[in-house]
Amino acid sequence: METIEQVFSEIKKKDEAIGAFLSFDMKDGEKQREEAESSKGSLAGISMGIKDNIAVKGQPLTCASKMLKTHRASYDATAIERLRKAGAWFVGKTNMDEFAMGGSTENSAFQQTKNPVNHDYVPGGSSGGSAAAVAAGMVSAALGTDTGGSIRQPAAYCGIVGLKPTYGRVSRYGLVAFGSSFDQIGPMTQTVEECEQLFSVIAGADEKDPTCTGEGYQIQKERSDFTTLRVGLVRGIEKMGIEESVLAAYRDLVQEFQEAGALVEEVEFALPSEAVSVYYVLTSAEASSNLGRFDGIRYGLKGRGSSVEEEMRASRSQGFGLEVKRRVLFGTHVLSAGYQDQVYKKAHLYRATLKKRMEVLFQSYDLFLMPTTPTPAFRLGDHSDDPMGMYLEDAFTVPASLTGIPALSIPYAKSEKGLPIGMQIMAAHGQEEMIFEVLKGLEAKNGIFGRRG
Amino acid sequence: MYDIVIGLEIHVEMKTQTKLFCGCSTKFGAAPNTQVCPICLGLPGTLPQVNKEAVSLAIRAGGVFGSKIQPISQFSRKNYMYPDLPKAYQITQYQEPICTDGGIEIMRDGQRVMIHLERIHMEEDPGKLMHPEYEHFSLADYNRSGIPLIEIVTKPDLQSPEEAVEFLKALRAQLDFAGISDCRMDQGSMRCDANISLKEPGTEVLGTRVEIKNINSFREVQKALEKEVKRQSDLLRFGEGDKIVQETRKWDAGKGRTIPMRSKEDAEDYRFFDDPDLPVIQLTQEQIDAAWVDLPTETAIQRRERFQKCYSLNLDEATKLTEDAVLARLMDQAGQGHSDPRKLATWILTEGLRLYRSGEGFRVDASTLLALIEKIESGELSHSAAKQVFEVLWEKGATIDETIADLGLKQNSDQNELTALIAKIVGENPKAVEEIKSGNGKAFGFLMGAVMKATRGAANPKIAKSLIEAEIDKVN
Repeated sequence: METIEQVFSEIKKKDEAIGAFLSFDMKDGEKQREEAESSKGSLAGISMGIKDNIAVKGQPLTCASKMLKTHRASYDATAIERLRKAGAWFVGKTNMDEFAMGGSTENSAFQQTKNPVNHDYVPGGSSGGSAAAVAAGMVSAALGTDTGGSIRQPAAYCGIVGLKPTYGRVSRYGLVAFGSSFDQIGPMTQTVEECEQLFSVIAGADEKDPTCTGEGYQIQKERSDFTTLRVGLVRGIEKMGIEESVLAAYRDLVQEFQEAGALVEEVEFALPSEAVSVYYVLTSAEASSNLGRFDGIRYGLKGRGSSVEEEMRASRSQGFGLEVKRRVLFGTHVLSAGYQDQVYKKAHLYRATLKKRMEVLFQSYDLFLMPTTPTPAFRLGDHSDDPMGMYLEDAFTVPASLTGIPALSIPYAKSEKGLPIGMQIMAAHGQEEMIFEVLKGLEAKNGIFGRRG
Repeated sequence: MYDIVIGLEIHVEMKTQTKLFCGCSTKFGAAPNTQVCPICLGLPGTLPQVNKEAVSLAIRAGGVFGSKIQPISQFSRKNYMYPDLPKAYQITQYQEPICTDGGIEIMRDGQRVMIHLERIHMEEDPGKLMHPEYEHFSLADYNRSGIPLIEIVTKPDLQSPEEAVEFLKALRAQLDFAGISDCRMDQGSMRCDANISLKEPGTEVLGTRVEIKNINSFREVQKALEKEVKRQSDLLRFGEGDKIVQETRKWDAGKGRTIPMRSKEDAEDYRFFDDPDLPVIQLTQEQIDAAWVDLPTETAIQRRERFQKCYSLNLDEATKLTEDAVLARLMDQAGQGHSDPRKLATWILTEGLRLYRSGEGFRVDASTLLALIEKIESGELSHSAAKQVFEVLWEKGATIDETIADLGLKQNSDQNELTALIAKIVGENPKAVEEIKSGNGKAFGFLMGAVMKATRGAANPKIAKSLIEAEIDKVN
């Protein structure tokens, strides 16, 4: 058996080309692994990478920001506590877009992560480090966080499975908040089965998070009868700027459902063009409040100045990157007197309406299908000066985030360039069970997703 | 003369064991930053958990003041940056407070009048900053960060600085009596901001309103408001065009004046919004009923009037006793059925109050107090000996008889022993004896004092007196 040094040196060697990890837990590595391997839990010995905005006691918690470069977590997040108990061990912390704001992991203050499939391409974001670490086989699984698509989009770009759970089903305790009413921690794995297994460990109410009241999760049996399954599709999705290879993959998946015997129907569900704007208004508003605590007074980077105000200003000027500053200022603006009613409250209302529409939709359908992203991964640097272009990559992931429903991305096909293409399966609030049982049913018929062809 | 219009906003620290959103202790006076955890320090990734005890006490406060309890209320974030605020927002209730309406009675021109409440809402306290003199740094103590408060907001019903103080006393008595807060302004567990404006008598139009912050005792409330009335009426009368501006002013107790803090123009924009980390609070009737168990039914004024009547007390005595829940309860426990409750009240307000004010709690219970007074009445203890016993009981908590024995204070009625002692004292003080014989009564007191001193107050004064007289008679 390999020694812990060998394990780490192998991971590090792989990571030199990819840059998925921001830090490794060398000090506790041996102890962690021993405990994990002697565990009788369902995840005994599983190695994991953890996105660097989730607290693992004693390990760095930087959120890929200069602001928290020196910060270490003094406690375990609830999800980490549960994984630890089940026998997982944590190799280290993975790269991300600073404070989870971005769609390519190019907004990390520390390093660039490359897509393991093709190093000229981005791994996606903001959980790009976690996706790359799993895709490259450096760890068995990873945790990411999803606010508007930050698990599903990098999973799609790197060719792995990623789940954004129902809002309130996985505790957010220990997750550094970005958009509190959106953020969810979720598993990123090679296969659907592993994803379900991880989810069953981290799901369930937590008294440390009053918004986490959802039920625990039991592993589901695969579905064999598809004739009672009703699947919804967005009518006119072809005209939404989707790349041809992605569209072709989408049609294949739809056909796979039909052949299995499911009822597949197009629904009048115009993907609201405002959804992305509403998402940015609400998450930025919450972010402006959530990030206020980073003022250099108690921890993290400390700027110098001759008054408290100057010191706070210096800390933030030096500590936050451009994208973070952009969103904090935007969020402050939409919450301020005079704009709150015009912008913030309208966005709130819109969100409530969308939630209602989703509820109605799921009265008629068990699942809803969409590509995870309109295109496969883009080249490093392609959207660096184009935040709006990057924001629009979220168009298909944002609806599930706004409404809090579960959504899972599976690796479904490859483009001509060999880049992974992901498909997204959504279900009603709290219905992860439905997603997993159906996908496992399809795998039983046609083979494991991501390992076909 | 102008009419005075005052509204108060009072922050009261609730008497919970733990903080509003975490399990840290709320005990006052601990070393700085020893009662903190990742949650009340707002460390990245932490989330608040609502303290049920605090919610229950807030509902109880609503019950005491006849407020409506809102079945659905919510926490909001009040965003502002200050080093004592770890999250850069304070969790408070904004649009949907837990209680609305209600009122507190005070006396105006011999009549009871109701001072109406706008709302009572819950919020967390920020930490505390200390600015050491002659240093270029400040220190932050987060022990207070997250302590549960209720903010009680009145309608502008108060008409004078005296009424404001009377209102605060009634409020404090009720919160104290219902076990919601001990309301100690000196420890910051009760703090008061005041809104004040003046208007021409007879008009309905309110004048420009000024808010005064940072007032930390009843005396200062009165002083600050009086000073502000004077400042505003001077401006109205002799301002030569200078107007009262709508602003927030700070009370500087040292200099005895209010100073401007911020004007309406640079008022802070708190960017309130519903806290997404905390779901709405939904109350059931059972929760409300549970919070109202043993809710005091008497108002502060009613209690004072009952004390005056039932215990034959004057207004001042009744006020002092009912302003404090501990004293009021003690009086009620001991006074029921006591033949001379006023004597009891006097003892509580003199000997009791002296020790009570210097420490924590009233450390002698009602039955012990009654037994002690009984001993004075039966002549077993002199008044001065009883005082000594009382002090020891207070400190050590032994029984009365043990204490009397320990101190050797049992009244000495032993004729032989006293006769010998008094003969000696009289013999040693011929001058005093001479004076007594020439009709100077004071000298007798001197001899009596000497006897008491020698017996440490234990001599039975009646017996001692007759023995001294007998001894003097023997001297020719």
